[in-house]
Amino acid sequence: MKNLHVKLLALALVACGLGLCYYKVHRLGVPLAPDSQAQVWTVEATLRFDGGGGAAKIGLDIPNEPPGFSILDENFVSSGFGLSTEADGANRSAQWAARSLSGEQTLYYRLVLTEDPEAHRERTTPVPRYPEVPQYTDPERAAVFALLDNVRSRSADTPSFAQELLRRFNDPTPDTEVDVLRNESTDDTAQVRQLQYILAGARIPTRIAHVLRLSERMRQGALEPWLEVYNGERWLAFNPRDGHAGFPDDALVWHVGDAPLTRLEGANDARVEFSATRSSRDVMGLAQQRARLIDSDVLEYSLLALPIATQNVYKVLLTVPLGALVVVILRNFIGLRTFGTFMPVLIALAFRETELIWGSILFTIIVTLGLLVRFYLERLKLLLVPRLASMLTIVILIMAGVSVLAHRLGMEHGLSIALFPMVILAMTIERMSIMWDESGPRDAIMSGLGSLAVAAVGFVVMTHPLAEYLTFVFPELLLVVLALTLLAGRYTGYRLSELWRFRASAKAIARQR
Amino acid sequence: MTTLGRRLRARLRLMRHSPPLRMPSTLRALGILGMNERNGDYIGIYNDRRHYPLVDDKLKTKELALAAGIATPELYGVVEIEHQVRELDRILDGRREFVIKPAQGSGGNGIMVIADRRGVNFLRASGASVTRSELEHFISNVLSGMYSLGGLPDKAIIEYRVKPHAVFDAVSYQGVPDIRTIVFRGVPVASMVRLPTRQSDGKANLHQGAIGAGIDLASGRTVDGVWFNNVLDAHPDSGNRVRGIQVPDWDELLTLSARSYDLTRLGYLGVDVVLDRDHGPLVLEYNARPGLNIQLANQMGLLSRLKQIRALTHVPDDAAARVALGQQLFGG
Repeated sequence: MKNLHVKLLALALVACGLGLCYYKVHRLGVPLAPDSQAQVWTVEATLRFDGGGGAAKIGLDIPNEPPGFSILDENFVSSGFGLSTEADGANRSAQWAARSLSGEQTLYYRLVLTEDPEAHRERTTPVPRYPEVPQYTDPERAAVFALLDNVRSRSADTPSFAQELLRRFNDPTPDTEVDVLRNESTDDTAQVRQLQYILAGARIPTRIAHVLRLSERMRQGALEPWLEVYNGERWLAFNPRDGHAGFPDDALVWHVGDAPLTRLEGANDARVEFSATRSSRDVMGLAQQRARLIDSDVLEYSLLALPIATQNVYKVLLTVPLGALVVVILRNFIGLRTFGTFMPVLIALAFRETELIWGSILFTIIVTLGLLVRFYLERLKLLLVPRLASMLTIVILIMAGVSVLAHRLGMEHGLSIALFPMVILAMTIERMSIMWDESGPRDAIMSGLGSLAVAAVGFVVMTHPLAEYLTFVFPELLLVVLALTLLAGRYTGYRLSELWRFRASAKAIARQR
Repeated sequence: MTTLGRRLRARLRLMRHSPPLRMPSTLRALGILGMNERNGDYIGIYNDRRHYPLVDDKLKTKELALAAGIATPELYGVVEIEHQVRELDRILDGRREFVIKPAQGSGGNGIMVIADRRGVNFLRASGASVTRSELEHFISNVLSGMYSLGGLPDKAIIEYRVKPHAVFDAVSYQGVPDIRTIVFRGVPVASMVRLPTRQSDGKANLHQGAIGAGIDLASGRTVDGVWFNNVLDAHPDSGNRVRGIQVPDWDELLTLSARSYDLTRLGYLGVDVVLDRDHGPLVLEYNARPGLNIQLANQMGLLSRLKQIRALTHVPDDAAARVALGQQLFGG
């Protein structure tokens, strides 16, 4: 195959670049677009209790891999207490201990979370045992089995079974057997317990999940019970009040099971209140935080770890290859002529400060004035290097003059002319004047306009926010740019300008045949 | 202004008769060689970079050609460093006409043709007067690399001014017509003669308005000329027919071109030859990156010819045999 070597190399580079990029996006959650904001919840549990006067141990269940959320940070405000956390099956708990406690005590647990639809969706552990059929009382037994038979006939599997049961159980006009089984108590937890009791009749493993419904500026929030049913593979959640499957987006699973939220030894009267606030945060910062939590070094060794000032330099530098690619495309595929290979890229960099329109105007002004002076210098018959040095001085004077004049006229854009690469401008003027003499004004002006056009396109590409963002956060994408450049290096097809250049001869040759 | 008007009218006429762009497939089918393909598949592969200095430095080319018995314009002298400008007198002593050019010039830039003297001043071929100090300034510009590849310091060559053969007198305006031949792997594949016009200011540069006329390799007779992309029968200045002019010493000229391959070892080579009234064909310069205009001048794509030569497993060692091969394959 033609150019196999280059193609393989390009393929390898593209694979490397995109692979690393894919890892950062999917594993670390680095966003592909700039200014992405994510919702961040700060949830606080306040635990108040009375000390018994002696040594005390206080246990509080805390979220453990809650579905739909990533934990970014958590901390415990508990001076004077020994603290340990331990995971136990589906739950995790914090244990505070103190030698002597008396009077009212307050402990805080703070959790920072972000909504992450991908996180911990599969809840497979712990694998439960199948429950024994409870010892129902006689009226219960009849009602339970009638209900279960009825539900079973209208369901296909465990989830639909649970859903159908919940639907019937919550029906505003219940069947008689449901009426018998419904608890008089309005306590939600008791309702869920009753549902578990009924489902045990079908030997379906169940558990209560205690969830916190997050809402903006929540104060004194409380946990709500949710029903989880095991289908043989994983735990499926249902809203016990309407049978809706799955946890809602705002539901933070705090703990599961029948055990109480707090366990006290040597203290009593525990009260837990929940509060939450929501804020928006830069997704990039979240990705960094997450990378730290999963011990990935990729972002530690990235440009984001550099000091801000250095970062800003690289933000600009990393777009230069894009400008170079633009030059390659416009010269080798379109066929534009420019002064100097990469002069337009440097002009485009200067346009960053001046903006496109003003940059083009200022560029034209400097080059035009410079050319006039250069034509005059031609009469003095100077040697090359002194002539170039004179041109450099004159270019700087023109720049200074334009700045002062623009400032007087209140056109602040004119001031940014100071950032033009004056050496490059001086060389451009020199080359342009030589081309003017050698090949005529037409060629010189065409090449000058070509340079300006390439600089303008380069500017638009290099300063596109997405391009700036992607090259900085995913510098590996420059490998893809490199691959494209390599491939362009073996492009031997026609340039667009040649389709025009040979238009007449094509006709003549075709006629000859 | 009149020439500009004429060019504009020609452009407009052209635009009416042909689409502004051609499909790449059309050019491909006609065998047009593009710039990228020339660079990538011919120059990049057949021209070894270490041989470039031989052709980029006209002084080296001259020495080499001299050693191989290939005729070039006689070298009068070389100015290498600034203070030698003052030794010009010795080089120019008794010479009324001569050419000053940079040793490593590109694209025909930086060439000053002096046709006569008028007192202490010199007269350029165009008739413009040049003072001694202007001449020295020009030479120091050449030395500083102003006209040279890469802008590096250069040497100024002062050499014999070619007296053009009368054969092209009727179809050239001032200047010296030169004959460009593309020699691929030592085999001549295409030729054209570049005829200066008033528009081109006596320069043999198609881009600036010289006429390019293809030459049939077998007979050495010119075919139609092309001027700014337009096929043309008559010279725009003199009105004389461009077609059907027989180039004298054609086989000798082609052999000279073909032998240049042995000299330069460049597989894809442009050879520029001028016909001198007294000395016959003289090699003016070699070009390691010859342009694509020859396709316009010949109204023919190079690609199929290049591919035929590419496919050859063996190319004859003898230059005359290679010329015969080129004439047999591409002539007529």
